[in-house]
Amino acid sequence: MARFKTFKDIAKYREKLNKERDSEATAVRVCMTGCRAKGADAFSESLKAELKKRGLENKFKVIETGCHGFCSMSPVAVVEPGNIFYGNLKPEDAAEIVEETVVNGRTVERLLFADPATQEKIVKEKEIPFYSHQKRLVLKNCGVVDPREIDDYICRGGYAAFSKALETMKPEEVVEEILKSGLRGRGGAGFPTGLKWRFANKERSDKKFLVCNADEGDPGAFMDRAVLEGDPHAVLEGMLIGAYAIGSDEGYIYVRAEYPIAIAHLNIALKQMEELGLLGRNILGTKFSFDLHIKEGAGAFVCGEETALMASIEGKRGTPRVRPPFPIQSGLWGHPTCINNVETLANVAAIIENGSDWYASMGTEKSKGTKVFALAGMIRNTGLVEAPMGMTLREIIFEVGGGIPNGKKFKAALTGGPSGGCIPEQFLDLPIDYDSLAKVGAIMGSGGLIIMDESTCVVDIAKYFMTFTQSESCGKCVPCRMGTKRMLELLERITDGKGTMKDLALLEETADIVKDTSLCGLGQTAPNPVITTLKYFRDEYLAHIEQKKCPSLKCKALLTYTVAEDKCKKCHKCAESCPANAISGQKKEIHKIDQAKCVKCGMCHTVCPFDAIELS
Amino acid sequence: MSTSALTEIIERYRGKPGSLIPALQKAQAQMGYLSGETLEQISKGLGIPFSRVFGVATFYSQFYLSPRGKHTIKVCVGTACHVRGAGAALQALEEKLGVKAGNPTEDLSFQLETVACLGTCFLAPAIMIDKDYYGEQTPKTVGKILKKYIGGGADAGTPDPEE
Repeated sequence: MARFKTFKDIAKYREKLNKERDSEATAVRVCMTGCRAKGADAFSESLKAELKKRGLENKFKVIETGCHGFCSMSPVAVVEPGNIFYGNLKPEDAAEIVEETVVNGRTVERLLFADPATQEKIVKEKEIPFYSHQKRLVLKNCGVVDPREIDDYICRGGYAAFSKALETMKPEEVVEEILKSGLRGRGGAGFPTGLKWRFANKERSDKKFLVCNADEGDPGAFMDRAVLEGDPHAVLEGMLIGAYAIGSDEGYIYVRAEYPIAIAHLNIALKQMEELGLLGRNILGTKFSFDLHIKEGAGAFVCGEETALMASIEGKRGTPRVRPPFPIQSGLWGHPTCINNVETLANVAAIIENGSDWYASMGTEKSKGTKVFALAGMIRNTGLVEAPMGMTLREIIFEVGGGIPNGKKFKAALTGGPSGGCIPEQFLDLPIDYDSLAKVGAIMGSGGLIIMDESTCVVDIAKYFMTFTQSESCGKCVPCRMGTKRMLELLERITDGKGTMKDLALLEETADIVKDTSLCGLGQTAPNPVITTLKYFRDEYLAHIEQKKCPSLKCKALLTYTVAEDKCKKCHKCAESCPANAISGQKKEIHKIDQAKCVKCGMCHTVCPFDAIELS
Repeated sequence: MSTSALTEIIERYRGKPGSLIPALQKAQAQMGYLSGETLEQISKGLGIPFSRVFGVATFYSQFYLSPRGKHTIKVCVGTACHVRGAGAALQALEEKLGVKAGNPTEDLSFQLETVACLGTCFLAPAIMIDKDYYGEQTPKTVGKILKKYIGGGADAGTPDPEE
């Protein structure tokens, strides 16, 4: 492998690679990250074996890529040229794909995506509605390159932006370019990245750190994972440019230990960068030096908060501290430390390469560029979606996401995970950006977007998130430690049918106190799901309290279980499972539930093979 | 753990800033959990007060201070799994295994855990046994999957070496 000593070396190397590689050659791009959970590795092996069997392994390439985004079609693969998209693949499909598509250039109809409305088959990946409405900037290489091959990244223009910054721009000019682009922190709070870099650049210190926050912990958010697994060099190039801009010579990537593939791909990437001379002393023959370390988290949600994250890197309990001093002033071991999120850094190279005007032309007045969302919950097309800022919730849910399955009705969308809020139907046409979401009481957050349909109980959701934040509260400050616990108890009383109007008032008061007085973002935002559900779905809380009813039939204690006589096949399974002996009747008899004895555990409903236990 | 393996880990991290967490991670990867004795040796070896070592080991959910079951079952209770019925699958597993989440079974054959998100929302509700994912779980399907692992049958998943 070459070692880059000058700026020209990178361009020359790219030129050489592009000459060697035939862009028209047939290749199958198989997702080997998220799709592994549904057997992508077995499919890929089978595909490779099939090509080998026919002696075609050198002629046709199998590229094992990162996430393609369309997770509900998992495992997926795309055949190039032709952009033919196949989904729900099984190892036994490999032979047919090789015979029909790779050798004969025909499509395999049965593996194509079918439009759910018209049942019409769609051949090309880019013409599937899930993709055609997206604007893929951060994800442009995800699902295209082999993330373990730095050459793939360089071929597609990788490290050109870094080379440009180092050769033609002063650090201050890089900072101004990012500032002008309008890029804001994608970790959730939306602080202008250029401003943060300017503060860091102006700090006078012989040691500065740059940290990439890859401690993605919101349940239901997986975009940082996809970028790290599918295109690690995009983040690393952003870090090199950032380090140059702020004058840092050492960096950390703090990544969740729960992301083993991301860690593996990062390790490979760092090794390749070192070999090529993109890390270490005097990079590209300049005075710029940069060393990078990977730090694995150890399982604590609060470590996504920047001061807690630094404590964890220093080997301490990951508890936050009061700011100021801000990390920019005094961070890791007392040195100025600039902390940026994965997705933020993945935007940087494109801005430097194409200019701030290009970037600022996308998005809304105060939120520029795109945002990657992890779309999940009661939605047809679960997956990763990159949308320009300002796209409406309706477009994301119904056009990209394909709408709500099973004929159910949309109820609410939840952004920002446990720190965010529930957005009801009336705001479906809201153009999504940092400010519009804040206005309705939610937050952009890191990009988790959970869709709920009419079968979801919002009080149960509020309780769910409070359970999460309560258990993840680090315990350092009283409002968060005690407040989340008390709020959880109040929500449990309400979902158990024991709630009173006084409890509701106390819940609202406690929510305000926790929000206003907690030490860090975890506590300050923990009441958001409660506050927004109370604001938009107060009726449902009242139904739980006043009528002791759960309108969505989710809160078990408020349900009545009865046997539907016309469905009961007299199998006796319900009676056997009942822990309270509340079900009478022998085999070959219609069973009956004694409401006085029933403890509402739901076991009968679970075990009945004939759906004969009805809820009301 | 053999003393030499632990000594090696301690030697590797001695005097390096921020090395307590990686040292604990490596020690646990060697022996499956962190005994009081291991923690004491790390404390002495790295010159970090025992109270701080214990504080860190109990703060992070990744560290275990008692022996664990052979197969680790992680039930995802993330938001997407929650709205699609993870609670019922978890309840069924707890009943079948006779333990509450967070504990090993009596015979140490299984460790039942919940996790806030496996990041596989398209499989919701999802569970993970050792390194294998199982999607769209219901109380009925979890029973079938458990049978694959009981008695260490031929098709049982391999134990996770990192656990």
